Amino acid sequence: MNDLPAFLRELWVVWLFLLFVGIVAWTWWPSRKEKLERHARIPFDDEDRPHAR
Amino acid sequence: MASIAVSRVETGAQAQAYNEDVVRWFTIATVFWGIVGFLVGVVIAFQLAYPVLNLDLEWTTFGRLRPLHTSAVIFAFGGNALMATSLYVVQRTCRVPLFGGPLLAAFLFWGYQLFIVMAALGYVTGVTQGREYAEPEWYVDLWITIVWVVYLVVFFGTLLTRREPHIYVANWFYLAFIVTIAMLHIVNNLALPVSFLGAKSYSLFSGVQDALTQWWYGHNAVGFFLTAGFLGIMYYFVPKQAERPVYSYRLSIIHFWALIFLYIWAGPHHLHFTALPDWAQVLGMTFSLMLWMPSWGGMINGLMTLSGAWDKLRTDPVLRFLVVSVAFYGMSTFEGPLMSIRQVNALSHYTDWTVGHVHSGALGWVAFVSFGAVYYLVPRLWRVQRLYSLKLVEWHFWIATLGIVLYITAMWVSGIMQGLMWRSYDSLGFLQFSFIETVEAMHPFYVIRAFGGVLFLTGALIMAYNLYRTTKGDIRAEEPMPVGAAARLAPAE
Repeated sequence: MNDLPAFLRELWVVWLFLLFVGIVAWTWWPSRKEKLERHARIPFDDEDRPHAR
Repeated sequence: MASIAVSRVETGAQAQAYNEDVVRWFTIATVFWGIVGFLVGVVIAFQLAYPVLNLDLEWTTFGRLRPLHTSAVIFAFGGNALMATSLYVVQRTCRVPLFGGPLLAAFLFWGYQLFIVMAALGYVTGVTQGREYAEPEWYVDLWITIVWVVYLVVFFGTLLTRREPHIYVANWFYLAFIVTIAMLHIVNNLALPVSFLGAKSYSLFSGVQDALTQWWYGHNAVGFFLTAGFLGIMYYFVPKQAERPVYSYRLSIIHFWALIFLYIWAGPHHLHFTALPDWAQVLGMTFSLMLWMPSWGGMINGLMTLSGAWDKLRTDPVLRFLVVSVAFYGMSTFEGPLMSIRQVNALSHYTDWTVGHVHSGALGWVAFVSFGAVYYLVPRLWRVQRLYSLKLVEWHFWIATLGIVLYITAMWVSGIMQGLMWRSYDSLGFLQFSFIETVEAMHPFYVIRAFGGVLFLTGALIMAYNLYRTTKGDIRAEEPMPVGAAARLAPAE
């Protein structure tokens, strides 16, 4: 029984890979498209044209 | 200056002032240290071509000036550029002023400049740990740790107090850079001073563990300082200058996580064919090869931001700096994994090819994206209408580009030639060339490289003049950028 955590730790690359696959799935989930792409507008919501002297 | 120091953002009834003073100081420091770093680079390039320039003085030998150059360009030029841009971007995208107020920001600025000066004085007087890119001794390491924690507090505190619900992706890259550099710095510099007031210390690690710790640090200094941080610049300044949102925000999320997951394992490729176990070498090589994907995903994201606006490249030299930097990012992140393959590394390691590779990334990617960001920032920070002269930006761009091309092609030829000469045997199995013969063969390429460096430095001096006139509010009378006949007939779309 003590070997189980050690065994699971050896598979670290698998767990990290699954976590990454989860991130990819979350990000590209079709229903999230609009919400996520809206964030790309954040830098433009701020007024920062150079002011004339 | 005080009257223009404040810009206002209206949030409901409250008016909030961004802290732009500290951004201005960091921007000035970026240009200043950039020129210092490039100048020292030119000096040591000429020392390699003409050893007499070592001057027979211990303070001016190549061995002492080389870390001065690398630290000046990475930590002084690059570091100040990252601090200037990150503190600007985090305020703008969170829509709040810097956390901690002007005093903490001022401490961050002066503390960081003190770190640079202390490190540089150590190098020329021979105080060094001898760890590449981590040369400063323990007392400087402790000081920069304090300054860095303040940086984290200011940046993270600003994120926590933000008014914008979502944290824009550029800030993710900046935060990853700040946190990871702290971790790398602390672990790699664990050392024991040998006397109470002496500068000398010894690393807590020894043997191959020491080497691996050093290159875990060294490669992630590339991955998180010179890549993740500057990708933060890309994700804010390319969209702003192109005046269109990033090509795919979802791709930027994948770009971020893939880069973070993979980069941290790539260090062992610096230790191919050493005492490091083979499995660790292959692990480092495999992760380096996988890095191709996030790197090119990020490059595509940056470049495609211009889709539908490619004609701006013809008329906007600032945007050209930013976009060409992304192209160089793609090029050097293609070359890097290639060189991490053990069979390729057998030829390239310890040769000038490595030096050429580093500079295609450092000059083409890191410096160009910083130049682009600084050209964007200065007119806005000093509240003037526009840059003094776009023609001079154009001159800077082409002179610097020519300098990079001379530099990296000379180093490719010289490095591959050097590697091939080292592995040439005659029919009896003896080495065909002595070491000094390889050095002689490289001389012409060293001269070409030094000349490339002179061009790059010249470009930076033109930038400094242009920016100085810009801060004075001067505008040079010049024709608008020429627009090609074809473009006038049919706008590029």
